[in-house]
Amino acid sequence: MTWSDETTTAQRERSQQALQTHGGLLDVSALPSFAFSHRSLMWWSTAGLMAIEGAVFALAVVTMLFLRVHAPAWPLSGQLPPELLWGSLNTLVMLSSVIPNHWTKRAAEALDLRGARIGMLLCLGWAAVFLAVRVLEFRALNCRWDDDAYGSIVWMLMALHTTHLVTDFVDSSVLAAVLYRKPLALRRFVDVSENCLYWDFVVLSWLPLYAAVYWLPRMGAS
Amino acid sequence: MTAHDTLERTWRDPGGFVGWFCAVNHKTIGLRFITTTFVFFAAAGALALVMRLQLARPDNHLIGPDLYNQLFTVHGTTMMFLFAVPVMQAMATYLLPLMLGSRSIAFPRLNAYAYWIYLFGCLMLFGALFANVGPDAGWFSYVPLAGPDYSPGKRSDFWAQLITFSEMSGLLGSIVIIATILKLRAPGMALHRMPLFAWAMLVTSFMVMFAMPSVMFASTALITDRLVGTHFFNPAEGGDALLWQHLFWFFGHPEVYFIFIPALGFMSQIIATFARRPVVGYAAMVLALIATAFMSFGLWVHHMFATNLPELGKAFFTAMSLMIALPTALQIFCWLATLATGRLVLKTPLLFVLAFFFILVLGGLSGVTLGMVPLDLQVHDTYFVVAHLHYVLIGGAVFPLIGAIYYWFPKFSGRLLNERMGQLQFWLFFIGFNLTFFPMHLLGLHGMPRRVYTYPAGMGWETMNLWSTAGAFVIALSVALFVVNVVRSVLRGAPAGNNPWQAGSLEWATASPPSAGNFLQPPVVHGREPLWEPAAQPAGVIGLANDQREVLITSAIEAQPDHRAIFPTPSPWPFVSAAATTLLFVTSIFTPWAVVWASIPVALALIAWFWPRVRETLAEKPLERAP
Amino acid sequence: MIGNTSGGWQDALLAHGPQAAQVLDLWRVTLAVCSVVFALVLLALLLALWRAPRGTHETAPLIAPDDRIPLRRVGGAIAASALLLLGLLGGSVATDRALAQLVLRDALHVELTGRQWWWSIHYDDPDPSRGFDTANELHLPLGRPVILTLRSGDVIHSVWIPSLAGKKDLIPGRTTTLTLRADRAGLYRGQCAEFCGAQHAWMGLPVSVDEPARFEAWADAQRAAAKPPADELARRGQRLMLNGACAMCHAIRGTDANARQGPDLTHLAARGTLAAGTLPNDAAHLAAWVSNPAAHKPGVNMPSATFSPDELQAVVAYLRGLQ
Repeated sequence: MTWSDETTTAQRERSQQALQTHGGLLDVSALPSFAFSHRSLMWWSTAGLMAIEGAVFALAVVTMLFLRVHAPAWPLSGQLPPELLWGSLNTLVMLSSVIPNHWTKRAAEALDLRGARIGMLLCLGWAAVFLAVRVLEFRALNCRWDDDAYGSIVWMLMALHTTHLVTDFVDSSVLAAVLYRKPLALRRFVDVSENCLYWDFVVLSWLPLYAAVYWLPRMGAS
Repeated sequence: MTAHDTLERTWRDPGGFVGWFCAVNHKTIGLRFITTTFVFFAAAGALALVMRLQLARPDNHLIGPDLYNQLFTVHGTTMMFLFAVPVMQAMATYLLPLMLGSRSIAFPRLNAYAYWIYLFGCLMLFGALFANVGPDAGWFSYVPLAGPDYSPGKRSDFWAQLITFSEMSGLLGSIVIIATILKLRAPGMALHRMPLFAWAMLVTSFMVMFAMPSVMFASTALITDRLVGTHFFNPAEGGDALLWQHLFWFFGHPEVYFIFIPALGFMSQIIATFARRPVVGYAAMVLALIATAFMSFGLWVHHMFATNLPELGKAFFTAMSLMIALPTALQIFCWLATLATGRLVLKTPLLFVLAFFFILVLGGLSGVTLGMVPLDLQVHDTYFVVAHLHYVLIGGAVFPLIGAIYYWFPKFSGRLLNERMGQLQFWLFFIGFNLTFFPMHLLGLHGMPRRVYTYPAGMGWETMNLWSTAGAFVIALSVALFVVNVVRSVLRGAPAGNNPWQAGSLEWATASPPSAGNFLQPPVVHGREPLWEPAAQPAGVIGLANDQREVLITSAIEAQPDHRAIFPTPSPWPFVSAAATTLLFVTSIFTPWAVVWASIPVALALIAWFWPRVRETLAEKPLERAP
Repeated sequence: MIGNTSGGWQDALLAHGPQAAQVLDLWRVTLAVCSVVFALVLLALLLALWRAPRGTHETAPLIAPDDRIPLRRVGGAIAASALLLLGLLGGSVATDRALAQLVLRDALHVELTGRQWWWSIHYDDPDPSRGFDTANELHLPLGRPVILTLRSGDVIHSVWIPSLAGKKDLIPGRTTTLTLRADRAGLYRGQCAEFCGAQHAWMGLPVSVDEPARFEAWADAQRAAAKPPADELARRGQRLMLNGACAMCHAIRGTDANARQGPDLTHLAARGTLAAGTLPNDAAHLAAWVSNPAAHKPGVNMPSATFSPDELQAVVAYLRGLQ
């Protein structure tokens, strides 16, 4: 099946045409049994989670700014700022993971099982790399969570994001495994597509956190 | 077997002991959830009775400060986190699919998980109280008092984890509700035709998603300060005591609107039915809900007027705190206009709604007072605030909630609650409430601070405290009467029929109680009050399977039919996952490494939950059709 | 001297200083406006209930009513409400400004530090050698502005003397300020107004507003070092205190005791109450307090004394001499 070139709108219009009315009643039996993007319930739950987690990240960054405004120096107790190398490297790894991620999403929306399987495995490979680099990042933060409020908020931001990386990795592994099951319900392709959306969120939400953790301390106190 | 029986068999929950833990039907979960919230309402109320006994006389020694401080903390924490917010979510869980014309709620298993997590949170908190390790730093848990230096032991850790439990339940519940409201409405129920209660829940759920993360973040930071030595709130190491207040109240102010806005939804539904006409100004009502939600995020500093924040900033928050009265006033005026231009049926649900106009308005006016900085600096942290908060929460939410129970009880159970007993209960509650809480305005003005386990004799506070205690027992009597009414009606109340109130919204089109699949023929909607409009075509939906859990998904704004979805079957995994999550949360109070090893059972349970079963996949294959 | 633990004005409706008075004025206006609004809403409700015809569940519902007139009325009511709220906002801002304009010339500077569950007080003076410490009882000069500089030694507290002014929090890590003036001599009572733990309820602050001459006499007496013990019993009491646990927390100026964990005791006997307005200050209560503070203020940080009965008698005799 090659519906991948169709837009959501076009797909929806085709759905409308499948509706029939007879005997004063609406017959929905010809409607599809799943749909992509905001037509699906999964999209809404993913969007909800993104809103919630986005709010958490935003509050964490605002907390850092609040503490920094009240601080005589930032870092607070003369610590060195976190090493730029691993954090910046990981940012690049995460950003580049968007490529296999979107490739997978397109395969899923084209109902291409082989493509989706390969794509998910590629994404997992990328994830293994950025999880490994994340470990190196933690070792190069140049502060401890119990040093002072600066150390606490830096570790909190890193821990929050890392939790997302880990859960996303586990989710994606499970989903990849599901793709190898037979029989496979076609609606699992929607799960794959939404997983890619969440992956984008985890990567994009890293950018302000990266700026907050790695660059704010290099700008001195406010 | 008839189609009706097939549908019933498809959607009902399994029986038996194990089956009880597998239930996912929204009505089953909804009723359990509502019942549980009322049990904890009564428990928190009982704690308040003990507090009132202690305060009935000056310099009393009925209970000591340690127990008193646990009682007032657990009373507030329970009422706010384990009753007032969840009960609204619970009512929505039951009512929304029916009101929107759907066979199910979105994400039924997630909804069940949200209930179990909530229940385990309640049990943890009260377990801690009974073990004398109940939190005792107030429901707001200010630092540094609640921090590692001044609250040693586990008490405040239980508080912080209780937040985690209740926030998870609330946040997941809000996702469920938003998805249900936006994607599961009956064809033709465009957003501008949706019942006002559904609008209220939609608005509330969006607020929850943006406000609850703030307290989640704050309580996590508190736990790490207490357990692993972080310094978020330690001024000696660059932390800030006011950071807690900002984070807490950024959540805490919207939170009262999580409680209030759904109750506004109840008001609209009940007034329409008992005035025999739709509420005046539907668009204005919807905009008022949305405006209230947005504005509620701009008020939080009014809890911090006695700190040293800049005066100009405080004035801004005074302006916002006064302004938020306007959308609520709009709703009140529209309701008054509805009552004035309707045909009134004065039954118990309407009585509870009418009490709102007295009690909530009085509470709102004391709120206006508190929003004005100079006045707040006198009455902040006194019994005046205790009076205000109870007037707005009980008048604005609990009275409409009780009215809503009288209103929807026939739908839940198929029986009517006793009308005479309902009226008696109403008057007892109204009189008892005012007797308890009105004197507190005066107590605050006359100098009595709040959160005190006793007070000196000779301050002039004795008489008012005594009246207040008497009133509390009248309230208790009224609650007892309510319970009696419910139990008697469940056992031998008058049968209700589908639509005893001849109301206009879709839930009244189903049987009382509704069948497991709600609608054999899901409706198509052509107006705002579907059961009051003349019949139109198409009248309903066919083509959904009755032998599979098939649900119609419609578009978000116009509710055009979009696709059919297969919904999950009953499963023990939401319960098991909730138990594993509880283990994770509780053990991590005692050791940080629990976060790592206790995640493993959670992960395993979640995987078992989501892992597709061969039998189910094969069963849905015939219905499969790509977009 | 304030003997009764509840002695003194602690009432926002009995304003005896300009700060409290301005707030009281605003309160009266607000109360009037709110009462009128409340009455109007109730009237509208009663009118609606009275005039609307009764129906039953069978009454055919109105489906597409013409609500233009009701909506216009609603609009009018909203406009009126907005104007009233604007008026209250104006009143609030005006009062804020009036409160900020208290003349502070020749103000007395006092530093108040909140501790669980007592008040540490330091009177400042341009000449630092004339500053002095005291605790748990505030004396203020009549008619002279006072600037209270507020700090906390542990958790968040709040100082509230309702007959004189609104409250202000004492926040660890921050310094806050409360300015006020008392225009009527007499006894007042303040109380901590931010939940601060087990004994928040008994963190009272007796306040004595004195005529200027009396105030200066009191300040001079406070400045002086502690009176030496008058007799052998009191001398024994002093030795027990200085050699025992008492000196580890308390200061008695003029002796070797100069710790600051607990209240300054230099002029303890001059105070009207003990334990932050909790107990009257007489021999019996003093003995009871010293031997078992937790019996009166459960959770308090002061440990029970391990004195024998006649040791206790000696200590009390010494303390009673610290005028």
